[in-house]
Amino acid sequence: MFDYLRYIRERNFPHIWCSGCGDGIVLKALIRAVDKLGISRDEMVMVSGIGCSSRTPGYVDINTLHTTHGRAIPFATGVKLANPKLHVIVVTGDGDATAIGGNHYIHAARRNIDLTVLLYNNYIYGMTGGQVSPTTPRGKRASTAPFGNQEPAFNISDLAEAAGASFVARGDVYHAQKLEKLIVKAVQKKGFSVVEILSPCPTAYGRRNRMAHPVKMMEWLRDQTVPVAKWERLSPEEREGKVRTGIIVDVDKVEYTETNDKLIESLKADK
Amino acid sequence: MKKKRADNICMMQGNQACARGAMMAGCRFFAGYPITPSSEIAENLALSMPAVGGRFIQMEDEIGAMGAVIGASLTGLKSMTATSGPGFSLKQENIGYAAMAEVPCVVVNVQRGGPSTGMPTFPAQMDVQQARWGSHGDRGVIALSASSAQETFEQTIRAFNLSEKYMMPVILLVDEVVAHSTEKVVLPDPGGIELFNRKQPTESPGEYLPYRETDDGIPVLARFGTGYRYNVTGLCHDETGFPTNNPEKIEKLIRRLTDKIERHRKDITHCHKIMLEDADVAIFAYGSVARSARRAVFLCREAGIKAGLIEPTVLWPFPSDEVLETAEGVKAFVVAEMNLGQMAREVELASKCRVEVHRLNRVDGRLITPQQVVEKVREAL
Repeated sequence: MFDYLRYIRERNFPHIWCSGCGDGIVLKALIRAVDKLGISRDEMVMVSGIGCSSRTPGYVDINTLHTTHGRAIPFATGVKLANPKLHVIVVTGDGDATAIGGNHYIHAARRNIDLTVLLYNNYIYGMTGGQVSPTTPRGKRASTAPFGNQEPAFNISDLAEAAGASFVARGDVYHAQKLEKLIVKAVQKKGFSVVEILSPCPTAYGRRNRMAHPVKMMEWLRDQTVPVAKWERLSPEEREGKVRTGIIVDVDKVEYTETNDKLIESLKADK
Repeated sequence: MKKKRADNICMMQGNQACARGAMMAGCRFFAGYPITPSSEIAENLALSMPAVGGRFIQMEDEIGAMGAVIGASLTGLKSMTATSGPGFSLKQENIGYAAMAEVPCVVVNVQRGGPSTGMPTFPAQMDVQQARWGSHGDRGVIALSASSAQETFEQTIRAFNLSEKYMMPVILLVDEVVAHSTEKVVLPDPGGIELFNRKQPTESPGEYLPYRETDDGIPVLARFGTGYRYNVTGLCHDETGFPTNNPEKIEKLIRRLTDKIERHRKDITHCHKIMLEDADVAIFAYGSVARSARRAVFLCREAGIKAGLIEPTVLWPFPSDEVLETAEGVKAFVVAEMNLGQMAREVELASKCRVEVHRLNRVDGRLITPQQVVEKVREAL
């Protein structure tokens, strides 16, 4: 059996997540991915913002930085640029990264700085009690959308792609093995990488949207996700209400810290 | 024989002097966002930072710049950002984070008139209380002031030293006219500058606790990537760096954030004092106003009025002892500042109502002149 304890800060357990929450499944997939990558834990820094998913760093025995709401990416940018040898993983949520931190999300993608962003999408603000988020689907209920969400939702993977990220993938906690592989690929990719992770929140989202039972939410994940290869064959009508999973973008682009390193080297050579 | 030009004497703008001071202090990371009247600091560092292997990044906004500075500092680089009033407001949450997590960094605020967008190209001193209380929560603050390009250079170095020593963000408040005036600066020999670098742990990673109780109340934070794996958070935390809800530990932390400044007041505070020994009236002024006040002291003396000047170069912690001591020897205080009395109330508090405090305030973006100070001194007598 896989030895999770090697990577865990046991003193901080039990964790804060509700029963039925998907974040623990992501944590396990993440730990397996880190183990597979074989990177020294001393050379990894995990940076998070504020929210349920952003509590992940407290449980992982690497260098961890729990920052302010929405600002994980700028803090991570500082860490990475100060020492590009470090592997920097950002753990954030849909509210953290695409509402209050939306500006940093698109600009880090544009800059193509070598960060790996694990963006947990639970379609809601879980920690604060179920307020509507930029990814809450139109019509779904939240504590601040008691009559149903009146706004359209962001597609946060498409957003990263449009902004210039070199790697974008979507995974979900129902397909945990596949998720692990996506995280490995994202960390290995040189450049700004995003893995959008669909993770259920039965407590704040499911209860308001007729999926109070965690199993029901897992089934919803199973039924709405379509692997990219199959997605290509679907008609627009068939795609309605579904989301594609797997690798969406994987391109090689100039990475920011490498460019900066080259500038420094060239100026040294001029001397 | 042609006389050798002294290359340590140059003409430079306050903002240039700030950038030069940062480089000489060992700053190797700058993240900023364009804002008048501070942009020349970023421009100068964009040019000089890469040549020494340092990092310069223009971020997407003021908040991001402050975040990047904190991340870089935790990774071991001396880090700085520069801004002006509106940007200083935006940075406040992360300044509070740096105070809470005890991350050294320097924040330069080239003050312009406010509130809001206010007067981008005119001087003011309206952010002195914001420097103290701008971010939510109780904590100690160090904020320095500078009245010339020379002093901006020196205070930038001091800001880095204090931040590294006390493990906290240090604010440097300059006003627009100091930042944009070009004047003579004498640069010291780089070897002659005393620099303080933050302590690093001496114990093994297994024994290391980032916020362990120390004799001086200042934590020892290891650079990320050096084998000391720990957690940093803006939540109330205990000596391990992990969040805690334990009331005793929380109380201890919050008190320490203020006490670490209070107990080292003598090492931090500093005032220039001019002709105070026999003064009947003490002028209290800082930044560009202090230069008018200096002139006013001499004009008063010429007219037979015994005026003196107390000019703090550190605004926070407030020089309460120095002000009280001054109050005991004079008949009145004149506090001259380019705001509506933000420091006058501190002088009133510190002088414990021993003498009357007269206010000279200007908020039209124009300088307080020596003549205005002299008139106020005459009124005070």
